Amino acid sequence: MVTIMQETDWRPTASLETLRERARLLADVRAFFAQREVLEVETPVLGHGGSTDLHLASLSAEATTPAGRERLWLQTSPEFAMKRLLAAGSGPIFQLAHCFRDGEVGRRHNLEFTMLEWYRPGLSLDGLIEETVELVCRVLGRELGDEAGPLRRHRYRELFREHLAIDPFTTPLAELRRLAGERGGLSMAGAPRDDCLDLLMSLAIEPHLGREGIEVVVDYPASQAALARRHRDPEDGEWVASRFELYLEGLELANGYDELTDAAEQAARFAEDNAARRAAGLPEVDIDARLLAALAQGMPEGSGVALGIDRLIQLSLGKSSVAEVMAFATPRC
Amino acid sequence: MASYSTNEFKGGLKVMLDGDPCAIVENEFVKPGKGQAFNRVKLRNLITGRVWERTFKSGESLEGADVMDLDMEYLYSDGEMWHFMKTDGSFEQYAVEKKALGDTVKWLKEQVAYTVTLWNDNAISVTPPNFIELEVVETDPGLKGDTAQGGSKPATLSSGAVVRVPLFINQGEILKVDTRSGDYVSRA
Repeated sequence: MVTIMQETDWRPTASLETLRERARLLADVRAFFAQREVLEVETPVLGHGGSTDLHLASLSAEATTPAGRERLWLQTSPEFAMKRLLAAGSGPIFQLAHCFRDGEVGRRHNLEFTMLEWYRPGLSLDGLIEETVELVCRVLGRELGDEAGPLRRHRYRELFREHLAIDPFTTPLAELRRLAGERGGLSMAGAPRDDCLDLLMSLAIEPHLGREGIEVVVDYPASQAALARRHRDPEDGEWVASRFELYLEGLELANGYDELTDAAEQAARFAEDNAARRAAGLPEVDIDARLLAALAQGMPEGSGVALGIDRLIQLSLGKSSVAEVMAFATPRC
Repeated sequence: MASYSTNEFKGGLKVMLDGDPCAIVENEFVKPGKGQAFNRVKLRNLITGRVWERTFKSGESLEGADVMDLDMEYLYSDGEMWHFMKTDGSFEQYAVEKKALGDTVKWLKEQVAYTVTLWNDNAISVTPPNFIELEVVETDPGLKGDTAQGGSKPATLSSGAVVRVPLFINQGEILKVDTRSGDYVSRA
């Protein structure tokens, strides 16, 4: 499709005043971690391994390196490189990293965006949830218990019971497909279980989350564990992912894991992802062999979280899209 | 026709959905956490005027609709069809059915240009200009000197539309009216 260049297309998508505010908030973030002695790091945007996640489309670039002409992947998050630093003994680290996800453009998404990602060796997922909430409050300029609080926490399955009167883990697939199709006005025939749950989450639950302060969702389906550990739900022994997401004003801001440190399990999940990609007719992604080697050598147990800093800045400044807090949002890049 | 993928959906794009031509009103990309991405799309059915809200998996596509908006002058009605003529000098005429004309029937005036929407060369809707000047054919007598006071009364215009007008307006006057809201704007 041809895009007609308009005369104003060269202009920033954020006002200069907003860019000054953005710089101030990023300085706050750095001060927050400096106080806690978390080291700021910078890792490469281009790497040999990409994200195998079925629902992330990685971009790649051809580069000439001492190894010859090779394909390098633009990171969808700095996770792999940061985990290699952890395995090398870095201790707690954070990064404000540029990330790329093909096709993701909208009010809440931009093809290239900034991720605030940090890792806390030795810290539990609960400890990290607490720290994430403190960081969010700091950037919003609000105190906990003030407008942003009090913190409410929900289990994934409780939310489905409350908003849709179904149990996401035990409801038969046919019923989930029917319900998701009805809510979305589309056919979900043949759709996998997770797609139905994702759609219901986006349409029926997410918009209600974080309307009266920060809300945290925990215990995702085991199939949505990505790079998180799994544990058994004490309720009935179902496997769930040791993962949380943080919501404010209907926006998903952060996604945290009790990090998987088992190299064999990680390799198996990469292989599973690529098999699912093949089955879905999607291109396979090169597995990050260096990450697997680092995990095999030993990464300290702990938790980590990725936070969409553009969205947080958007909320802090009362803007209605991420484009309004970025110098040149897609497609004006 | 070409087909368009969800990432090409933008306001105004004309696509086919369930056999009807539609215009995209709004397209929102939604993606939970790291899950499947969807596009929540609002489309206006160009035949019925109704707005549909549908969800598509990102990357799905819809066929484009052969829809064109053309300027045409209203000529006359034969009672069954309403006849319009292109303003591009071709003198080409189109007959429009009552159903396609919809509410615009009450804003028709000869020699005024309307936007006629064609789908596969058939007229499916007619949009009046935002402002139109019409004569008052019936209203209660005007109240002298009541130009400053509020208050309004109904007036029937030459096209058949009934609008609320200030009390000082008289039969035979030409008024400027906003066709989108049906509001009186001023004396012409």
